[in-house]
Amino acid sequence: MNKIKSLNKSTLTNIKSYGLVVLAFIILFPMQNMGLINHSISGLLVPICAYVVMAISLNLTVGFLGELSLGHAEFMSVGAFSSVVVSICLQEAIPSGPLRLLVAIAAGGICAGLAGFIIGIPVLRLRGDYLAIVTLAFGEIIKNIINCLYIGVDGSGLHFSMKDIASLGLTNGKIILNGPQGAVGITKLSTFTAGIILIIFALFVVLNFVNSKSGRAVTAIRDNRIAAESLGISVTRYKLTAFIISAALAGMAGALFAMNFSTIAAKKFDFNTSILVLVFVVLGGMGNIPGTIIATALLYTLPELLRFLNDYRMLIYAIVLIIVMLLRNSERAKQIINRMICTFKFNKSGGKGDEGNV
Amino acid sequence: MKAMSKMVPYPSNSIVPERDIDKRPILETHHLGIDFGGLTALDDLSLTVGRTEIAGLIGPNGAGKTTVFNLLTNVYQPTRGDIMLDGKSTAKKNSAQVCRMGIARTFQNIRLFSNMSVLDNVKVGLHNSIKQNLFSSLTHGFGYRNSEKKSRERALELLDFFNMTDMAEAEAGSLPYGAQRRLEIVRALATNPGIILLDEPAAGMNPSETSELMDNIKKIRDTFNIAVLLIEHDMNLVMNICEGICVLDHGKVIAKGTPDEIKSNPVVIEAYLGKKKEAN
Repeated sequence: MNKIKSLNKSTLTNIKSYGLVVLAFIILFPMQNMGLINHSISGLLVPICAYVVMAISLNLTVGFLGELSLGHAEFMSVGAFSSVVVSICLQEAIPSGPLRLLVAIAAGGICAGLAGFIIGIPVLRLRGDYLAIVTLAFGEIIKNIINCLYIGVDGSGLHFSMKDIASLGLTNGKIILNGPQGAVGITKLSTFTAGIILIIFALFVVLNFVNSKSGRAVTAIRDNRIAAESLGISVTRYKLTAFIISAALAGMAGALFAMNFSTIAAKKFDFNTSILVLVFVVLGGMGNIPGTIIATALLYTLPELLRFLNDYRMLIYAIVLIIVMLLRNSERAKQIINRMICTFKFNKSGGKGDEGNV
Repeated sequence: MKAMSKMVPYPSNSIVPERDIDKRPILETHHLGIDFGGLTALDDLSLTVGRTEIAGLIGPNGAGKTTVFNLLTNVYQPTRGDIMLDGKSTAKKNSAQVCRMGIARTFQNIRLFSNMSVLDNVKVGLHNSIKQNLFSSLTHGFGYRNSEKKSRERALELLDFFNMTDMAEAEAGSLPYGAQRRLEIVRALATNPGIILLDEPAAGMNPSETSELMDNIKKIRDTFNIAVLLIEHDMNLVMNICEGICVLDHGKVIAKGTPDEIKSNPVVIEAYLGKKKEAN
C-alpha cells in the first residue's frame, strides 16, 4: 500500500492537474453553449485560461527554479504583439481560424522564448536577486517600445516606424500596431476550447519537465546550488532552459489573451499584471501546480463576482487576498484544515485509496 | 597525454610512496595556495593521492582543511599552484566541470536536496550518466522511460550498497542524521568519481555509527576502486583507516606520512595532539 502510494506521488499531481482542467471544461463548455453563464463571466473564460497558463509558467520560474521574476507580463506582451502581427500578416495565407491561431500562438511562444533567452544569458549567471531587477526593468522597456512602435503591412511587406503612422509609407495597407493605442483590427480567434487546449499543453510541458532529468537538475539547483554544482550540473544551462520554457509559455498565454480582443494596448501588460500573476502563484502554492490553477481561476473571477459591491469590491478583494495569505501561512489554520480533511476522509472511508487507483 | 605522465617519475611528495608506486596518482597538487584579501588561508600545499588510497587531511580547527576541498573542487580558484586530476590540470574549470573530470565530494554541513526524495537525490548524482535529451524530457517519450528505468535501477543499486533501499521514497530532509550523511556519500558516488572527498564524515556520529562508517569507507575503496581523501577530527577513525595522513596547521603542511609516523611526530604532537595531552 505504502509503495503504491509513493510510486504515484508525481502521477497523483498529474492526475489532479489534468483532471481539474478537463473537469472545468466538461462543466463549463456545455454551460457556455447553452448560455447558462452570465455574459460578464463568459467573457472572462479565455482571459482566465490565459492567466492560468501564465501562472503555470511563472510557477516554473518561481516555484521550481526558485528565481523571482517581476516582469513576467513582459513575455506575455512580447507573445501577444508578435502573435497579432503574425496573425494579421497570415490572414490571406491561412484562412482557417483555428490553424491561424495555432501558428500565431507558436510565433508568440517563440518570440517570448527568445526574449527570455536574451535576458537569461547575462542574468542567470549571477547569484542573487538580479533576475527580479532585470525583469522589472525589461518589462518597462518592452512596454515603452511597444507604446511608440508603429507597424503596418501592405503588398510589399511589413513596415516599421518609431515616429507615426504617416512615416510608415503604407500604400493601401493595414495598420497593425498603432503606437500607444496598441494593436488594432485583431480578428477574435481565441475560444474557450483553444484556451483549455493551451492549458493542457502548458501542463504537459511543465509537469513532464519537472519529472525528468532536467527538472530534477532544476529542483536540485533551487534546493542547494553548491551541492548541485558539485554533482556536475551546469547551473546556468539548466536555469536558462527552465527560464526559456517559462517565458515561451507566457508568450503563448499572451497570444491567446490578445486574440480574444479586437484591440489591445501595451499598458495591459504592465507591472501590475506581473504582480497579479505572482500573487496567483504565491497563494496557489509555489511548486504546486493544481493549487495555482485553482487560485488563478478563483482570484481572477473574484473582482467580477464582487461587482455588485460597487466601490467596495477592490477593498473586499484585497481583504480576501490577505485572509488567504494568512490562512496559508498560519500553522493553526493548517491544523484546522487538516483536521477537517481527515474528518471528511474518515466519513467517506477509504476515499484516498480510490483516488490513488484512478 | 597518458604516455607523458607515465614518463614523469612518481613525485616525492606522496603521502605514502610505498603504496601505488607503480601507478599514476589520481590527484596531485603542486605548491597550492590561496589568499583571501591579505590573509593566506593556505600556502604551499603539495600532496599526492594514489589511485586506490585512503588518505586523511587533519589539523586543528581553522587550519584550512575545508579550504583545500573547496580548492580541489574549484569552488575557489587558487592564487598559486595547480591541481592535476588524473594527469589533467583543473585550472579555469568550474565545479561542475571538475566533477565531470572525476572528483566528487560531500560537505561538512550536510547539503542534501532536502525537499526531494532519497531516490531523486541519488538520481541527481547520476545526472551526467543519464542519457536523456531535453526533447525526451519534455515529451516523456523517445527513450525517456528507458533512461528513467536505468537510472532508477542504478540509484537503487547504490542505495542498496549502504542498506538504504527501504528509505528510497522518503524525503531526504526527514532522514535521521547518520542516514543523511550516508546519503550524501551515495549521491557523490553516483557521479562515478575517481576520487571522493569526504568532509568530516563522522561528525555527530556515535561510536557504533563511526565504526560502521569506517567499514563503509573501506568498502567504497575496495568495491569502486577509487581513492578517498577525508577530513576528520575523529583520530580513531583517521588512524585506523587512512594509509597516508597530511597534517595542516595555519594553512601550512606541518607533517606527512603514515599513521604511525604522524602519531610519533613531535611537530604534530606540539601543534595538535600535544594540546590534547596538556588538557588531559
